[in-house]
Amino acid sequence: MRAGSSIAFKLILVITLCSACIFTVLLGYNYHRSRLLLQQELESNARNLALASVNRVETVLTAVARVTQSLSRSLENSRQSNEELLALLRATLADNLEIYGCGAAFEPRPSGPHARPFAPYFRREQGALVYKPEDSFQYLRQDWYQISRQMAATEWTEPYYDDAERGVLMATCSVPFYETTGDVRRLNGVAIADVSLEWLTDLVASIKVLKSGYAFLVSRNGAIVTHPDREMIMNETIFSLAEARNDPALRALGKKMIRGETGFIPYTDFKGVGSWLYYAPIPSVGWTLAVVFPEAELLAQIKTLSMIGVVMGGAGILLLAAAVSVIARSITTPLHTLAQATAAIARGDFEVELPPIRSRDEVGALANDFLTMKSSLKEYVKQLTETTAAKERIESELNIAHDIQMALLPKTFPPFPKRREFDLYAVMEPAKEVGGDFYDFFLVDDAHLCFVIADVSGKGVPAALFMAMSLTLIKATARYGLAPEDILFRVNNELAQDNDSCMFVTTFIGMLNTETGELVYANGGHNPPLLVQRGGGVSWLPASGNLMVGAMEETPYRREQLLLAPGDRLLLYTDGVTEAMNSAEAFFSDSRLARDLAVLHGGVQEVVCAIMENVRAFTGDAPQSDDITLLMIEYVGPQ
Amino acid sequence: MSRALAPTLKAVLLLGAALLFAAASTSWAVAAERALKKASLIPLWSPQAQFAGYYTALDKGIYRQHGVDLTIISGGPNYPSSEYLRDGKTDFAVLWLTTAIQERAGGVPLVNLAQIVQQSSMMLVAKKSSGINTPADMNGKKVGLWGGPFAIPPHTFFKQHHLQVQEVPQSYTVNLFLRGGIDVASAMWYNEYHTLLNSGLDADELNVFLLKEHGINLPEDGLYALEETVRNDPALAEAFTRASLAGWAYAFAHPDEALDIVIKYMRAAKVPANRMHQKWMLERMRDLIAPQGTQEALGLLRQEDYEAARQILHKDGDIPAAPDFNAFVWRFDARR
Repeated sequence: MRAGSSIAFKLILVITLCSACIFTVLLGYNYHRSRLLLQQELESNARNLALASVNRVETVLTAVARVTQSLSRSLENSRQSNEELLALLRATLADNLEIYGCGAAFEPRPSGPHARPFAPYFRREQGALVYKPEDSFQYLRQDWYQISRQMAATEWTEPYYDDAERGVLMATCSVPFYETTGDVRRLNGVAIADVSLEWLTDLVASIKVLKSGYAFLVSRNGAIVTHPDREMIMNETIFSLAEARNDPALRALGKKMIRGETGFIPYTDFKGVGSWLYYAPIPSVGWTLAVVFPEAELLAQIKTLSMIGVVMGGAGILLLAAAVSVIARSITTPLHTLAQATAAIARGDFEVELPPIRSRDEVGALANDFLTMKSSLKEYVKQLTETTAAKERIESELNIAHDIQMALLPKTFPPFPKRREFDLYAVMEPAKEVGGDFYDFFLVDDAHLCFVIADVSGKGVPAALFMAMSLTLIKATARYGLAPEDILFRVNNELAQDNDSCMFVTTFIGMLNTETGELVYANGGHNPPLLVQRGGGVSWLPASGNLMVGAMEETPYRREQLLLAPGDRLLLYTDGVTEAMNSAEAFFSDSRLARDLAVLHGGVQEVVCAIMENVRAFTGDAPQSDDITLLMIEYVGPQ
Repeated sequence: MSRALAPTLKAVLLLGAALLFAAASTSWAVAAERALKKASLIPLWSPQAQFAGYYTALDKGIYRQHGVDLTIISGGPNYPSSEYLRDGKTDFAVLWLTTAIQERAGGVPLVNLAQIVQQSSMMLVAKKSSGINTPADMNGKKVGLWGGPFAIPPHTFFKQHHLQVQEVPQSYTVNLFLRGGIDVASAMWYNEYHTLLNSGLDADELNVFLLKEHGINLPEDGLYALEETVRNDPALAEAFTRASLAGWAYAFAHPDEALDIVIKYMRAAKVPANRMHQKWMLERMRDLIAPQGTQEALGLLRQEDYEAARQILHKDGDIPAAPDFNAFVWRFDARR
């Protein structure tokens, strides 16, 4: 048996594969769902985290903006002296710890107090407030002065370093202030408050996301303001990164950020780490806070869980395969031995030992059945052998009986070659080895021919025995020169005596005077013979109405007689002829016999043989159901 | 020859030229090695790829090979190179041609050693959304202008197109323009234009008016020294000029290395350094210094360019008398 086609192999393969499929689908679905749930969870966490941080930043920046605006209002239309102005600036800076520097820059005037550059400014330096005024009109070209001036509104600058030496990263809030003289309101200068972005850097750096996640801040021009990679700060913009990475999606993200949009998107970190990014604007400055969630770390738990699942599932499947293998083997091993044993049985070896199987499952039942089958077969074959032997013996005995029975019937034709007064031919064909029909003829004296046809009830051996007995009795009785009715009477009495088997025999017995053609006959329940006259007429002899022979003692038999003209023929037959059946179970029939007889010509032997042929042709393949006997006698005439 | 190949070939030619310089002066350089002459250079601005040639020559030892122990003074808004040169605080300076002509006209005896940037790279930029599609649309709009010589080309432009604009002093950033405080900004093609792109504006969102395309093609960066410096030590002036040109040739042949060098000096000077921005700048400098299709050697100041600039300055810059070309230009190779 090939391993590939064994039941065990198929079972293991199918069950293992199916389990693996189901397991994979389950695991995959589970992973997918968990991931989705985690993402949703993440988005809401990310939003909360980012918004909370945005609020913290926004609170500080808004406060600074308010301070600057209030400073601007104080300077609007003011007639303060320089000393008062410096005191105001100093006090403002002193009162607001979140402010790094504070000042006012005035528009140049061809005449008046500010014909020269005037931009008083205080800033913190190591805890002290230091006066550091601008002394040239350079400030007119600074963003912190210009943007607010041109926009005529509170404006925050882009983050910048306070000097070329990259000292303090800061942003400036500028608020313009005006002077109204009559109907003319004209710009007088810009109030400024600088914010060091150190605290902002610290705040953003303090946003911890898992282990390796982080936050970064992008200015309204896309510049990186804070980032864990300090190299990027103020060196890179989100757009230069997009350019360096040749990543249009990142550029698109940058554009969304500087438009002040909010979003949650998959994102590849600057270091190439697959992440999620949540970004939200800081409204007052137009910057964007972005929080990066490393995907691998997020999914690490799910991955671990899934890996454990995979290992457990794999182990389970292996265990399953082993279990299936054991069960399959427990089924197939006895089956295999059974198959080997039954192969021996199939070859006829009933002595082979069937493997002992104790299990009470179907295989046990099968083995039991095999055991029973084996003994039944053995018994049956034994019986069959015996029966066959017996049958063969009986058959050989029957063959001998057949020979003996046939020997009882005269079979030499013509029987009396020297007698030309009559001609005679007879044939008997038993349905089985031995039959119950018989015929006989013999000369009682020189002038009298006795001829007999009989049919014993039943078939086979009993009928044959009864036939032999009847034949012998008739022959013996006829020797005494008795008339046919007397012969029947005496034979009947003999047969009816002690006839426990209730057998009988229909008998026609005729006595032909060969000199005169006078025929005397008695019919003991036999089919009436057919008379074929020389002129061609065919007719039945009248029925006798006598009882068959051997049925009842002391039965009288009537004598009948007939004168045969020379050339007349008499056909005697048994019902095996007229009741011969074809495969359609139709009888050959009396009328057919009479019809055939009317058209047949030739000697008696030829006619008898022709009728025999017709009957055989009629029955065809149908088995012969009864003995067939024909006897034809022709009275030729006196010589 | 395909267009893509052209810059490469150009670079090879330039490098070849540099090697020729080096070979021709080997013996001289070896001799000079023993006694390096100290000299200083001030660029127009803090370190950036606009000056990649000088920083590369310094870093690769090309100045030393030429016998010059050069110090590059970090420029910037507070260190105007013209003042440094005028006051003798530096031996050599990078100046715009217009600045130099003004200075010379104003009495400062400076000479042009080499004209590095051959073309004007200045432009006026407007957002398409502001509806400024033609020069005429600028009429009455707020236009950001830098001071000094940087205002001359735009002024010429406005005069050409008969425009009355509201001039707004423009800072060194483009933030005012980005906020919408001005409608039109001054920009250098190699610098501010790219800054705009890297602030989230797409090229197709901008309308660009390159001044050279409006007939105002004023060559920009050139190398200058006082006549006195050149007269005292012409060999030094020659060595400095040759080494500077060789530095540019090397930078164009090895742009990545040149960028590394520039960024190194930017970090040292603590100015924000963005590699993509510097890459853009170096590529544009190459377009401006060694324009495609010209076979001329680096650093040549063509007389017609000079005359054109003098014309513009005379009309629009109130320069009464500009010097003669031959007095203005000192060519180290012309003397031989």
